[in-house]
Amino acid sequence: MARGRARLNGMAVAGLGLLVVVVLAALAAPLLAPAPPDRLSLGESLQPPTPAHPCGTDYYGRDVLSRVLHGGRVSLAISLSAQLVALGLGVTLGVLAGYFGGWVDFAVMRTVDVFLAFPDLLLAIGIAAALGPGLPSVLVALGLVGWPGLCRLVRGEVMALRERDFIQAAKAIGAGHGWILWRHVLPNVVAPTVIATSLGLGSRIMQEASLSFLGLGVQPPVASWGSMVHFGLRWLSRAPWLVIFPGLAIAIAVLGFNLLGDGLRDALDPRLEE
Amino acid sequence: MTAFVARRLLAAVPVLLAVSLATFALLYLVPGDPVKTLVGERASPETIANIRRDLGLDLPVVQRYLTWLGRTLRGDLGRSWTTGRPVAASLAVRFPVTLRLALVAFAVSVTVGLGVGVFSATRHNSAADHGVRFLLLLTGAVPVFVMATAAMYVFGVRLHWLPVSGLGDGSLRHFILPGAVLGLYLSIYQARMTRSVMLEVIRQDYIRTARAKGLPERVVIWRHAFRNALVTVITLLGGSLSNLLVGSVLTETIFNLPGVGRFTVDAAYARDFPVVMGCFLFQAVVFVSANVLVDIGYALADPRVRVG
Repeated sequence: MARGRARLNGMAVAGLGLLVVVVLAALAAPLLAPAPPDRLSLGESLQPPTPAHPCGTDYYGRDVLSRVLHGGRVSLAISLSAQLVALGLGVTLGVLAGYFGGWVDFAVMRTVDVFLAFPDLLLAIGIAAALGPGLPSVLVALGLVGWPGLCRLVRGEVMALRERDFIQAAKAIGAGHGWILWRHVLPNVVAPTVIATSLGLGSRIMQEASLSFLGLGVQPPVASWGSMVHFGLRWLSRAPWLVIFPGLAIAIAVLGFNLLGDGLRDALDPRLEE
Repeated sequence: MTAFVARRLLAAVPVLLAVSLATFALLYLVPGDPVKTLVGERASPETIANIRRDLGLDLPVVQRYLTWLGRTLRGDLGRSWTTGRPVAASLAVRFPVTLRLALVAFAVSVTVGLGVGVFSATRHNSAADHGVRFLLLLTGAVPVFVMATAAMYVFGVRLHWLPVSGLGDGSLRHFILPGAVLGLYLSIYQARMTRSVMLEVIRQDYIRTARAKGLPERVVIWRHAFRNALVTVITLLGGSLSNLLVGSVLTETIFNLPGVGRFTVDAAYARDFPVVMGCFLFQAVVFVSANVLVDIGYALADPRVRVG
Protein backbone atom coordinates (compact mmCIF):
# COMPACT_ATOMS: atom_id res chain seq x y z
CA MET A 1 0.00 0.00 0.00
CA ALA A 2 2.80 2.40 0.90
CA ARG A 3 4.31 1.77 -2.49
CA GLY A 4 1.01 2.50 -4.20
CA ARG A 5 0.70 5.79 -2.40
CA ALA A 6 4.25 6.85 -3.24
CA ARG A 7 3.57 6.02 -6.88
CA LEU A 8 0.43 8.11 -6.94
CA ASN A 9 2.33 11.00 -5.44
CA GLY A 10 4.73 10.41 -8.29
CA MET A 11 1.66 11.13 -10.43
CA ALA A 12 1.14 14.40 -8.57
CA VAL A 13 4.76 15.34 -9.22
CA ALA A 14 4.41 14.42 -12.90
CA GLY A 15 1.27 16.58 -13.09
CA LEU A 16 3.06 19.47 -11.44
CA GLY A 17 5.94 19.02 -13.89
CA LEU A 18 3.60 19.23 -16.88
CA LEU A 19 1.93 22.31 -15.42
CA VAL A 20 5.24 24.07 -14.77
CA VAL A 21 6.16 23.54 -18.42
CA VAL A 22 2.75 24.76 -19.64
CA VAL A 23 2.70 27.83 -17.39
CA LEU A 24 6.32 28.79 -18.11
CA ALA A 25 5.72 28.37 -21.86
CA ALA A 26 2.69 30.66 -21.63
CA LEU A 27 4.48 33.25 -19.48
CA ALA A 28 7.55 33.27 -21.72
CA ALA A 29 5.49 33.17 -24.94
CA PRO A 30 6.88 36.46 -26.31
CA LEU A 31 10.45 35.18 -25.79
CA LEU A 32 9.87 31.60 -27.03
CA ALA A 33 7.62 32.28 -30.01
CA PRO A 34 9.51 32.23 -33.31
CA ALA A 35 7.24 34.94 -34.71
CA PRO A 36 4.60 37.41 -33.50
CA PRO A 37 1.34 35.38 -33.29
CA ASP A 38 -0.59 37.74 -35.56
CA ARG A 39 2.03 38.31 -38.26
CA LEU A 40 0.46 37.46 -41.61
CA SER A 41 2.57 35.91 -44.32
CA LEU A 42 0.23 34.99 -47.12
CA GLY A 43 3.04 33.45 -49.19
CA GLU A 44 3.46 30.79 -46.49
CA SER A 45 -0.18 29.68 -46.25
CA LEU A 46 -0.84 26.20 -44.75
CA GLN A 47 2.83 25.12 -44.59
CA PRO A 48 3.46 21.75 -42.90
CA PRO A 49 5.82 21.69 -39.91
CA THR A 50 9.38 22.67 -40.91
CA PRO A 51 12.38 23.90 -38.88
CA ALA A 52 11.28 27.49 -39.58
CA HIS A 53 7.70 26.76 -38.43
CA PRO A 54 7.95 23.77 -36.03
CA CYS A 55 4.16 23.41 -35.88
CA GLY A 56 3.39 24.62 -39.39
CA THR A 57 1.40 27.70 -40.46
CA ASP A 58 -2.31 28.48 -40.81
CA TYR A 59 -4.26 29.77 -43.81
CA TYR A 60 -2.94 33.31 -43.33
CA GLY A 61 0.62 32.05 -42.94
CA ARG A 62 0.67 32.73 -39.20
CA ASP A 63 3.09 30.58 -37.21
CA VAL A 64 1.09 27.92 -35.33
CA LEU A 65 3.66 27.39 -32.55
CA SER A 66 3.60 31.10 -31.75
CA ARG A 67 -0.17 31.07 -31.73
CA VAL A 68 -0.32 28.02 -29.44
CA LEU A 69 2.10 29.68 -27.00
CA HIS A 70 0.16 32.94 -26.97
CA GLY A 71 -3.18 31.13 -27.00
CA GLY A 72 -2.05 29.37 -23.82
CA ARG A 73 -1.89 32.73 -22.05
CA VAL A 74 -5.54 33.34 -22.97
CA SER A 75 -6.73 29.83 -22.06
CA LEU A 76 -4.85 29.76 -18.75
CA ALA A 77 -5.80 33.30 -17.77
CA ILE A 78 -9.51 32.67 -18.42
CA SER A 79 -9.52 29.32 -16.59
CA LEU A 80 -7.63 30.71 -13.62
CA SER A 81 -9.85 33.78 -13.28
CA ALA A 82 -13.03 31.72 -13.71
CA GLN A 83 -11.85 29.28 -11.07
CA LEU A 84 -11.15 32.20 -8.71
CA VAL A 85 -14.73 33.39 -9.19
CA ALA A 86 -16.00 29.85 -8.54
CA LEU A 87 -13.72 29.54 -5.51
CA GLY A 88 -14.85 32.84 -4.02
CA LEU A 89 -18.56 32.06 -4.45
CA GLY A 90 -18.35 28.36 -3.63
CA VAL A 91 -16.21 28.57 -0.50
CA THR A 92 -17.94 31.65 0.96
CA LEU A 93 -21.46 30.35 0.45
CA GLY A 94 -20.50 26.78 1.36
CA VAL A 95 -18.91 27.86 4.67
CA LEU A 96 -21.86 30.10 5.55
CA ALA A 97 -24.43 27.42 4.67
CA GLY A 98 -22.62 24.69 6.55
CA TYR A 99 -21.84 26.77 9.62
CA PHE A 100 -25.10 28.63 10.15
CA GLY A 101 -27.48 26.00 8.80
CA GLY A 102 -31.18 26.94 8.99
CA TRP A 103 -32.58 29.28 6.37
CA VAL A 104 -29.10 30.30 5.15
CA ASP A 105 -28.36 26.68 4.34
CA PHE A 106 -31.78 26.25 2.76
CA ALA A 107 -31.44 29.28 0.50
CA VAL A 108 -27.90 28.45 -0.60
CA MET A 109 -28.54 24.78 -1.24
CA ARG A 110 -31.73 25.34 -3.23
CA THR A 111 -29.79 27.78 -5.43
CA VAL A 112 -27.15 25.08 -5.87
CA ASP A 113 -29.89 22.60 -6.86
CA VAL A 114 -31.11 24.91 -9.61
CA PHE A 115 -27.61 25.37 -11.00
CA LEU A 116 -27.03 21.64 -10.91
CA ALA A 117 -30.30 21.02 -12.76
CA PHE A 118 -28.48 22.14 -15.92
CA PRO A 119 -25.59 20.10 -17.27
CA ASP A 120 -22.33 22.12 -17.02
CA LEU A 121 -21.71 22.89 -20.65
CA LEU A 122 -25.37 23.73 -21.31
CA LEU A 123 -25.33 26.31 -18.51
CA ALA A 124 -22.17 27.85 -19.91
CA ILE A 125 -23.71 27.96 -23.40
CA GLY A 126 -26.86 29.63 -22.10
CA ILE A 127 -24.95 32.31 -20.21
CA ALA A 128 -22.56 32.90 -23.11
CA ALA A 129 -25.51 33.17 -25.49
CA ALA A 130 -27.31 35.65 -23.27
CA LEU A 131 -24.28 37.86 -22.68
CA GLY A 132 -23.05 37.56 -26.25
CA PRO A 133 -19.84 35.73 -27.13
CA GLY A 134 -16.54 37.21 -26.01
CA LEU A 135 -14.03 37.11 -23.20
CA PRO A 136 -16.12 38.64 -20.36
CA SER A 137 -19.06 36.29 -20.91
CA VAL A 138 -16.77 33.24 -20.96
CA LEU A 139 -15.43 34.35 -17.59
CA VAL A 140 -18.89 34.81 -16.08
CA ALA A 141 -20.18 31.56 -17.61
CA LEU A 142 -17.30 29.41 -16.38
CA GLY A 143 -17.25 31.06 -12.95
CA LEU A 144 -20.96 30.35 -12.52
CA VAL A 145 -20.57 26.76 -13.73
CA GLY A 146 -17.81 26.03 -11.23
CA TRP A 147 -19.21 27.17 -7.90
CA PRO A 148 -22.16 24.85 -7.10
CA GLY A 149 -20.09 21.67 -6.86
CA LEU A 150 -17.47 23.38 -4.73
CA CYS A 151 -20.15 24.90 -2.52
CA ARG A 152 -21.75 21.51 -1.87
CA LEU A 153 -18.35 19.98 -1.01
CA VAL A 154 -17.33 22.77 1.40
CA ARG A 155 -20.76 22.82 3.05
CA GLY A 156 -20.51 19.10 3.77
CA GLU A 157 -17.06 19.48 5.32
CA VAL A 158 -18.16 22.43 7.46
CA MET A 159 -21.31 20.66 8.68
CA ALA A 160 -19.12 17.83 9.97
CA LEU A 161 -16.67 20.28 11.55
CA ARG A 162 -19.37 22.26 13.31
CA GLU A 163 -20.06 19.44 15.76
CA ARG A 164 -16.40 18.75 16.54
CA ASP A 165 -15.09 19.40 20.05
CA PHE A 166 -12.62 22.14 19.14
CA ILE A 167 -15.34 24.25 17.56
CA GLN A 168 -17.65 23.65 20.52
CA ALA A 169 -14.74 24.58 22.84
CA ALA A 170 -14.11 27.80 20.94
CA LYS A 171 -17.81 28.64 21.27
CA ALA A 172 -17.73 27.81 24.98
CA ILE A 173 -14.93 30.27 25.68
CA GLY A 174 -16.99 32.95 23.95
CA ALA A 175 -15.33 33.24 20.54
CA GLY A 176 -17.37 35.15 17.96
CA HIS A 177 -18.62 33.61 14.70
CA GLY A 178 -16.09 35.57 12.64
CA TRP A 179 -13.18 34.33 14.74
CA ILE A 180 -14.35 30.71 14.67
CA LEU A 181 -14.90 30.77 10.92
CA TRP A 182 -11.55 32.38 10.22
CA ARG A 183 -9.34 30.50 12.71
CA HIS A 184 -11.02 27.13 13.05
CA VAL A 185 -13.31 26.42 10.11
CA LEU A 186 -11.47 27.83 7.09
CA PRO A 187 -8.09 26.17 7.77
CA ASN A 188 -9.87 22.83 7.91
CA VAL A 189 -11.47 23.14 4.49
CA VAL A 190 -8.22 24.11 2.78
CA ALA A 191 -7.23 20.53 1.88
CA PRO A 192 -10.45 19.49 0.09
CA THR A 193 -10.61 22.91 -1.54
CA VAL A 194 -7.09 22.59 -2.93
CA ILE A 195 -7.92 19.19 -4.43
CA ALA A 196 -11.19 20.45 -5.91
CA THR A 197 -9.41 23.51 -7.30
CA SER A 198 -6.81 21.47 -9.14
CA LEU A 199 -9.45 19.20 -10.70
CA GLY A 200 -11.67 22.26 -11.28
CA LEU A 201 -8.94 24.03 -13.24
CA GLY A 202 -8.75 21.00 -15.53
CA SER A 203 -12.50 21.28 -16.11
CA ARG A 204 -12.30 25.03 -16.68
CA ILE A 205 -9.60 24.56 -19.36
CA MET A 206 -11.79 21.97 -21.06
CA GLN A 207 -14.95 24.10 -20.81
CA GLU A 208 -13.23 27.21 -22.15
CA ALA A 209 -11.90 25.12 -25.02
CA SER A 210 -15.38 23.69 -25.67
CA LEU A 211 -17.10 27.09 -25.66
CA SER A 212 -14.47 28.59 -27.94
CA PHE A 213 -14.62 25.50 -30.13
CA LEU A 214 -18.36 26.04 -30.54
CA GLY A 215 -17.65 29.64 -31.54
CA LEU A 216 -19.32 30.96 -28.37
CA GLY A 217 -16.09 31.73 -26.51
CA VAL A 218 -13.31 34.20 -27.25
CA GLN A 219 -13.60 35.98 -30.60
CA PRO A 220 -10.90 37.01 -33.09
CA PRO A 221 -8.41 38.64 -32.90
CA VAL A 222 -8.09 37.00 -29.46
CA ALA A 223 -7.25 33.30 -29.85
CA SER A 224 -7.38 30.52 -27.29
CA TRP A 225 -6.58 26.86 -27.85
CA GLY A 226 -10.26 26.05 -28.34
CA SER A 227 -10.84 28.78 -30.91
CA MET A 228 -7.72 27.66 -32.80
CA VAL A 229 -9.31 24.22 -33.19
CA HIS A 230 -12.58 25.91 -34.21
CA PHE A 231 -10.91 27.78 -37.08
CA GLY A 232 -8.45 25.00 -37.93
CA LEU A 233 -11.20 22.47 -38.54
CA ARG A 234 -12.00 24.06 -41.90
CA TRP A 235 -8.60 22.92 -43.23
CA LEU A 236 -8.60 19.54 -41.53
CA SER A 237 -7.78 17.34 -44.53
CA ARG A 238 -5.13 19.74 -45.93
CA ALA A 239 -3.55 20.92 -42.68
CA PRO A 240 -4.30 18.63 -39.73
CA TRP A 241 -1.55 20.34 -37.67
CA LEU A 242 -3.95 23.27 -37.18
CA VAL A 243 -6.05 20.95 -34.98
CA ILE A 244 -3.35 18.64 -33.62
CA PHE A 245 -1.11 21.18 -31.86
CA PRO A 246 -3.73 23.25 -30.01
CA GLY A 247 -5.49 19.96 -29.17
CA LEU A 248 -2.26 18.60 -27.75
CA ALA A 249 -1.79 21.77 -25.67
CA ILE A 250 -5.27 21.36 -24.16
CA ALA A 251 -4.59 17.68 -23.43
CA ILE A 252 -1.26 18.40 -21.69
CA ALA A 253 -2.74 21.14 -19.52
CA VAL A 254 -5.81 19.10 -18.54
CA LEU A 255 -3.71 16.00 -17.88
CA GLY A 256 -1.43 18.09 -15.66
CA PHE A 257 -4.28 19.42 -13.53
CA ASN A 258 -5.98 16.01 -13.28
CA LEU A 259 -2.77 14.17 -12.33
CA LEU A 260 -2.04 16.83 -9.71
CA GLY A 261 -5.59 16.74 -8.35
CA ASP A 262 -5.72 12.93 -8.14
CA GLY A 263 -2.27 12.77 -6.56
CA LEU A 264 -3.13 15.47 -4.02
CA ARG A 265 -6.34 13.71 -3.10
CA ASP A 266 -4.36 10.62 -2.36
CA ALA A 267 -1.78 12.49 -0.29
CA LEU A 268 -4.07 14.90 1.57
CA ASP A 269 -7.17 12.81 2.05
CA PRO A 270 -6.29 9.45 3.57
CA ARG A 271 -9.96 8.52 3.93
CA LEU A 272 -10.25 7.96 0.21
CA GLU A 273 -8.64 4.67 -0.60
CA GLU A 274 -8.46 3.80 -4.25
CA MET B 1 -42.25 2.75 -1.28
CA THR B 2 -45.24 4.85 -2.40
CA ALA B 3 -44.28 7.47 0.17
CA PHE B 4 -40.73 7.53 -1.14
CA VAL B 5 -41.85 7.96 -4.74
CA ALA B 6 -44.28 10.71 -3.78
CA ARG B 7 -41.62 12.51 -1.74
CA ARG B 8 -39.09 12.31 -4.55
CA LEU B 9 -41.59 13.54 -7.17
CA LEU B 10 -42.73 16.42 -4.97
CA ALA B 11 -39.14 17.46 -4.31
CA ALA B 12 -38.64 17.88 -8.05
CA VAL B 13 -41.49 20.38 -8.42
CA PRO B 14 -39.82 23.41 -6.74
CA VAL B 15 -36.58 22.64 -8.59
CA LEU B 16 -38.42 22.63 -11.91
CA LEU B 17 -40.19 25.88 -11.03
CA ALA B 18 -36.86 27.48 -10.15
CA VAL B 19 -35.42 26.12 -13.39
CA SER B 20 -38.20 27.80 -15.33
CA LEU B 21 -37.48 31.05 -13.50
CA ALA B 22 -33.77 30.74 -14.28
CA THR B 23 -34.54 30.08 -17.95
CA PHE B 24 -36.83 33.08 -18.07
CA ALA B 25 -34.19 35.21 -16.35
CA LEU B 26 -31.74 34.30 -19.11
CA LEU B 27 -33.46 36.81 -21.36
CA TYR B 28 -32.78 39.51 -18.77
CA LEU B 29 -29.06 38.83 -18.81
CA VAL B 30 -29.01 40.09 -22.38
CA PRO B 31 -27.27 43.45 -22.35
CA GLY B 32 -29.24 46.14 -24.10
CA ASP B 33 -32.49 45.49 -25.90
CA PRO B 34 -33.11 41.97 -27.25
CA VAL B 35 -35.41 43.42 -29.90
CA LYS B 36 -32.61 45.63 -31.23
CA THR B 37 -30.36 42.56 -31.25
CA LEU B 38 -33.08 40.89 -33.31
CA VAL B 39 -33.92 43.56 -35.88
CA GLY B 40 -30.72 45.60 -35.80
CA GLU B 41 -30.00 49.10 -34.53
CA ARG B 42 -31.37 50.88 -37.56
CA ALA B 43 -34.99 49.67 -37.39
CA SER B 44 -37.60 52.42 -37.05
CA PRO B 45 -39.06 53.07 -33.58
CA GLU B 46 -42.50 51.91 -34.80
CA THR B 47 -41.16 48.56 -35.96
CA ILE B 48 -39.42 48.09 -32.61
CA ALA B 49 -42.57 49.05 -30.70
CA ASN B 50 -44.65 46.62 -32.81
CA ILE B 51 -42.25 43.74 -32.20
CA ARG B 52 -42.13 44.53 -28.49
CA ARG B 53 -45.92 44.32 -28.36
CA ASP B 54 -46.01 41.11 -30.41
CA LEU B 55 -43.48 39.49 -28.11
CA GLY B 56 -45.26 40.85 -25.04
CA LEU B 57 -42.12 42.68 -23.97
CA ASP B 58 -44.15 45.75 -22.96
CA LEU B 59 -45.91 43.95 -20.10
CA PRO B 60 -44.70 43.95 -16.47
CA VAL B 61 -42.10 41.27 -15.68
CA VAL B 62 -44.24 39.18 -13.33
CA GLN B 63 -47.11 39.11 -15.79
CA ARG B 64 -44.77 38.13 -18.60
CA TYR B 65 -43.31 35.30 -16.53
CA LEU B 66 -46.73 33.94 -15.59
CA THR B 67 -48.00 34.19 -19.17
CA TRP B 68 -44.87 32.48 -20.43
CA LEU B 69 -45.07 29.79 -17.75
CA GLY B 70 -48.74 29.16 -18.53
CA ARG B 71 -48.06 28.73 -22.22
CA THR B 72 -45.03 26.58 -21.50
CA LEU B 73 -47.05 24.26 -19.27
CA ARG B 74 -49.51 23.80 -22.13
CA GLY B 75 -46.59 22.75 -24.33
CA ASP B 76 -46.31 26.00 -26.27
CA LEU B 77 -42.66 27.06 -26.28
CA GLY B 78 -43.12 29.94 -28.69
CA ARG B 79 -41.70 30.37 -32.18
CA SER B 80 -38.16 30.68 -33.42
CA TRP B 81 -37.12 34.26 -34.16
CA THR B 82 -35.15 33.14 -37.19
CA THR B 83 -37.35 30.51 -38.84
CA GLY B 84 -40.73 31.28 -37.31
CA ARG B 85 -41.32 27.58 -36.64
CA PRO B 86 -42.80 26.45 -33.29
CA VAL B 87 -40.00 25.48 -30.93
CA ALA B 88 -41.89 22.52 -29.47
CA ALA B 89 -42.41 20.98 -32.92
CA SER B 90 -38.72 21.35 -33.75
CA LEU B 91 -37.78 19.70 -30.46
CA ALA B 92 -40.11 16.80 -31.24
CA VAL B 93 -38.26 16.26 -34.53
CA ARG B 94 -34.81 16.57 -32.99
CA PHE B 95 -35.18 14.61 -29.79
CA PRO B 96 -35.31 11.19 -31.54
CA VAL B 97 -31.90 11.93 -33.09
CA THR B 98 -30.44 12.67 -29.66
CA LEU B 99 -32.14 9.58 -28.29
CA ARG B 100 -30.62 7.30 -30.92
CA LEU B 101 -27.15 8.77 -30.40
CA ALA B 102 -27.64 8.28 -26.66
CA LEU B 103 -28.58 4.62 -27.04
CA VAL B 104 -25.55 3.79 -29.18
CA ALA B 105 -23.21 5.73 -26.88
CA PHE B 106 -24.74 4.09 -23.82
CA ALA B 107 -24.25 0.60 -25.22
CA VAL B 108 -20.61 1.39 -26.04
CA SER B 109 -19.90 2.99 -22.68
CA VAL B 110 -21.42 0.19 -20.61
CA THR B 111 -19.52 -2.49 -22.51
CA VAL B 112 -16.21 -0.65 -22.34
CA GLY B 113 -16.65 0.98 -18.94
CA LEU B 114 -17.81 -2.05 -16.94
CA GLY B 115 -15.41 -4.36 -18.77
CA VAL B 116 -12.38 -2.17 -18.16
CA GLY B 117 -13.44 -1.51 -14.57
CA VAL B 118 -13.68 -5.21 -13.72
CA PHE B 119 -10.44 -5.95 -15.62
CA SER B 120 -8.63 -3.26 -13.65
CA ALA B 121 -10.08 -4.24 -10.27
CA THR B 122 -9.20 -7.94 -10.63
CA ARG B 123 -5.58 -6.94 -11.33
CA HIS B 124 -5.40 -4.42 -8.50
CA ASN B 125 -2.07 -2.52 -8.42
CA SER B 126 -0.55 -4.64 -11.17
CA ALA B 127 1.17 -3.08 -14.18
CA ALA B 128 -1.98 -3.76 -16.25
CA ASP B 129 -4.14 -1.92 -13.68
CA HIS B 130 -1.83 1.11 -13.61
CA GLY B 131 -1.53 1.09 -17.39
CA VAL B 132 -5.29 1.05 -17.89
CA ARG B 133 -5.83 3.80 -15.34
CA PHE B 134 -3.22 6.00 -16.96
CA LEU B 135 -4.79 5.39 -20.36
CA LEU B 136 -8.18 6.49 -18.98
CA LEU B 137 -6.62 9.63 -17.53
CA LEU B 138 -4.92 10.35 -20.85
CA THR B 139 -8.10 9.83 -22.89
CA GLY B 140 -10.06 12.04 -20.53
CA ALA B 141 -7.58 14.86 -21.09
CA VAL B 142 -8.04 14.88 -24.88
CA PRO B 143 -10.94 17.19 -25.75
CA VAL B 144 -13.89 15.22 -27.14
CA PHE B 145 -13.97 17.43 -30.23
CA VAL B 146 -10.34 16.61 -31.03
CA MET B 147 -10.96 12.87 -30.55
CA ALA B 148 -14.08 13.13 -32.72
CA THR B 149 -12.14 14.95 -35.42
CA ALA B 150 -9.44 12.27 -35.37
CA ALA B 151 -12.06 9.50 -35.58
CA MET B 152 -13.80 11.24 -38.47
CA TYR B 153 -10.51 11.67 -40.29
CA VAL B 154 -9.29 8.10 -39.82
CA PHE B 155 -12.49 6.06 -40.22
CA GLY B 156 -14.40 8.41 -42.51
CA VAL B 157 -11.99 10.35 -44.70
CA ARG B 158 -9.09 7.85 -44.93
CA LEU B 159 -10.57 4.37 -44.54
CA HIS B 160 -14.10 5.11 -45.82
CA TRP B 161 -15.51 2.61 -43.33
CA LEU B 162 -18.24 4.86 -42.02
CA PRO B 163 -19.99 8.08 -43.02
CA VAL B 164 -17.90 11.13 -42.03
CA SER B 165 -20.77 13.14 -40.60
CA GLY B 166 -24.40 14.03 -40.95
CA LEU B 167 -27.59 12.10 -40.44
CA GLY B 168 -27.87 10.67 -43.96
CA ASP B 169 -30.91 8.41 -44.17
CA GLY B 170 -30.90 8.21 -40.36
CA SER B 171 -29.69 4.61 -40.33
CA LEU B 172 -27.54 3.13 -37.58
CA ARG B 173 -24.37 3.49 -39.68
CA HIS B 174 -24.47 7.25 -39.16
CA PHE B 175 -24.57 6.86 -35.40
CA ILE B 176 -21.71 4.39 -34.95
CA LEU B 177 -18.82 6.85 -35.07
CA PRO B 178 -20.38 9.62 -32.95
CA GLY B 179 -21.83 7.02 -30.57
CA ALA B 180 -18.46 5.33 -30.14
CA VAL B 181 -16.66 8.60 -29.42
CA LEU B 182 -19.28 9.80 -26.96
CA GLY B 183 -19.50 6.35 -25.36
CA LEU B 184 -15.74 6.22 -24.93
CA TYR B 185 -15.79 9.42 -22.86
CA LEU B 186 -18.68 8.23 -20.70
CA SER B 187 -16.91 4.93 -20.13
CA ILE B 188 -13.95 6.67 -18.47
CA TYR B 189 -16.07 7.65 -15.50
CA GLN B 190 -17.89 4.32 -15.49
CA ALA B 191 -14.65 2.35 -15.53
CA ARG B 192 -13.26 4.34 -12.60
CA MET B 193 -16.42 3.86 -10.56
CA THR B 194 -16.78 0.16 -11.44
CA ARG B 195 -13.17 -0.41 -10.44
CA SER B 196 -13.51 1.19 -7.01
CA VAL B 197 -16.87 -0.47 -6.29
CA MET B 198 -15.45 -3.86 -7.33
CA LEU B 199 -12.40 -3.37 -5.10
CA GLU B 200 -14.76 -2.65 -2.22
CA VAL B 201 -16.80 -5.82 -2.89
CA ILE B 202 -13.79 -8.08 -3.42
CA ARG B 203 -12.65 -7.29 0.14
CA GLN B 204 -15.89 -8.69 1.61
CA ASP B 205 -16.00 -11.92 3.59
CA TYR B 206 -18.40 -13.70 1.23
CA ILE B 207 -15.86 -13.39 -1.58
CA ARG B 208 -13.23 -15.01 0.63
CA THR B 209 -15.76 -17.73 1.42
CA ALA B 210 -16.50 -18.28 -2.25
CA ARG B 211 -12.80 -18.61 -2.97
CA ALA B 212 -12.25 -20.84 0.06
CA LYS B 213 -14.87 -23.31 -1.07
CA GLY B 214 -12.91 -23.71 -4.29
CA LEU B 215 -15.05 -21.87 -6.85
CA PRO B 216 -13.20 -20.95 -10.03
CA GLU B 217 -12.04 -17.31 -9.98
CA ARG B 218 -14.23 -16.50 -13.02
CA VAL B 219 -17.34 -17.53 -11.11
CA VAL B 220 -16.22 -15.65 -7.98
CA ILE B 221 -15.67 -12.45 -9.93
CA TRP B 222 -18.67 -12.46 -12.27
CA ARG B 223 -21.33 -14.34 -10.25
CA HIS B 224 -20.48 -13.17 -6.73
CA ALA B 225 -18.54 -9.93 -6.88
CA PHE B 226 -19.84 -8.28 -10.06
CA ARG B 227 -23.50 -8.93 -9.33
CA ASN B 228 -23.18 -7.26 -5.96
CA ALA B 229 -21.19 -4.36 -7.38
CA LEU B 230 -23.89 -3.90 -10.02
CA VAL B 231 -26.39 -2.36 -7.58
CA THR B 232 -24.11 0.61 -7.02
CA VAL B 233 -22.93 0.74 -10.60
CA ILE B 234 -26.50 0.93 -11.92
CA THR B 235 -27.15 4.26 -10.18
CA LEU B 236 -24.02 5.65 -11.78
CA LEU B 237 -25.19 4.39 -15.15
CA GLY B 238 -28.47 6.17 -14.59
CA GLY B 239 -26.51 9.36 -14.10
CA SER B 240 -24.73 8.95 -17.41
CA LEU B 241 -27.99 8.09 -19.16
CA SER B 242 -29.56 11.37 -18.09
CA ASN B 243 -26.45 13.23 -19.23
CA LEU B 244 -26.70 11.52 -22.59
CA LEU B 245 -30.38 12.28 -23.07
CA VAL B 246 -29.66 15.94 -22.75
CA GLY B 247 -27.72 15.43 -25.92
CA SER B 248 -24.04 15.76 -26.18
CA VAL B 249 -23.74 19.25 -27.53
CA LEU B 250 -20.19 18.78 -28.74
CA THR B 251 -20.65 15.40 -30.40
CA GLU B 252 -23.79 16.45 -32.24
CA THR B 253 -22.15 19.65 -33.40
CA ILE B 254 -18.99 18.08 -34.74
CA PHE B 255 -20.75 15.14 -36.42
CA ASN B 256 -23.41 17.45 -37.78
CA LEU B 257 -26.31 15.50 -36.24
CA PRO B 258 -29.51 17.54 -35.96
CA GLY B 259 -30.27 16.65 -32.34
CA VAL B 260 -31.31 18.79 -29.39
CA GLY B 261 -27.71 19.69 -28.49
CA ARG B 262 -26.95 20.96 -31.96
CA PHE B 263 -30.24 22.90 -31.95
CA THR B 264 -29.20 24.63 -28.72
CA VAL B 265 -25.79 25.63 -30.04
CA ASP B 266 -27.15 26.95 -33.34
CA ALA B 267 -29.76 28.97 -31.47
CA ALA B 268 -27.17 30.31 -29.03
CA TYR B 269 -25.02 31.30 -31.99
CA ALA B 270 -27.91 33.09 -33.71
CA ARG B 271 -29.12 34.44 -30.35
CA ASP B 272 -32.56 33.05 -31.14
CA PHE B 273 -33.90 33.33 -27.60
CA PRO B 274 -37.20 31.44 -27.81
CA VAL B 275 -35.23 28.44 -29.09
CA VAL B 276 -32.45 28.84 -26.50
CA MET B 277 -35.04 29.04 -23.72
CA GLY B 278 -37.06 26.14 -25.10
CA CYS B 279 -33.99 23.93 -25.43
CA PHE B 280 -32.80 24.94 -22.00
CA LEU B 281 -36.07 24.13 -20.35
CA PHE B 282 -36.53 20.90 -22.25
CA GLN B 283 -33.07 19.62 -21.38
CA ALA B 284 -33.30 20.62 -17.73
CA VAL B 285 -36.68 18.88 -17.45
CA VAL B 286 -35.28 15.72 -19.07
CA PHE B 287 -32.22 15.90 -16.82
CA VAL B 288 -34.17 16.39 -13.59
CA SER B 289 -36.82 13.75 -14.41
CA ALA B 290 -34.19 11.22 -15.42
CA ASN B 291 -32.45 11.78 -12.09
CA VAL B 292 -35.73 11.27 -10.23
CA LEU B 293 -36.40 8.06 -12.14
CA VAL B 294 -32.90 6.83 -11.33
CA ASP B 295 -33.47 7.50 -7.63
CA ILE B 296 -36.74 5.60 -7.73
CA GLY B 297 -35.13 2.74 -9.61
CA TYR B 298 -32.37 2.65 -7.05
CA ALA B 299 -34.89 2.49 -4.20
CA LEU B 300 -36.59 -0.44 -5.92
CA ALA B 301 -33.28 -2.26 -6.17
CA ASP B 302 -32.02 -1.45 -2.69
CA PRO B 303 -34.59 -1.12 0.11
CA ARG B 304 -32.11 0.64 2.43
CA VAL B 305 -32.34 3.81 0.32
CA ARG B 306 -36.03 4.29 1.10
CA VAL B 307 -35.32 5.24 4.69
CA GLY B 308 -34.30 8.83 5.26
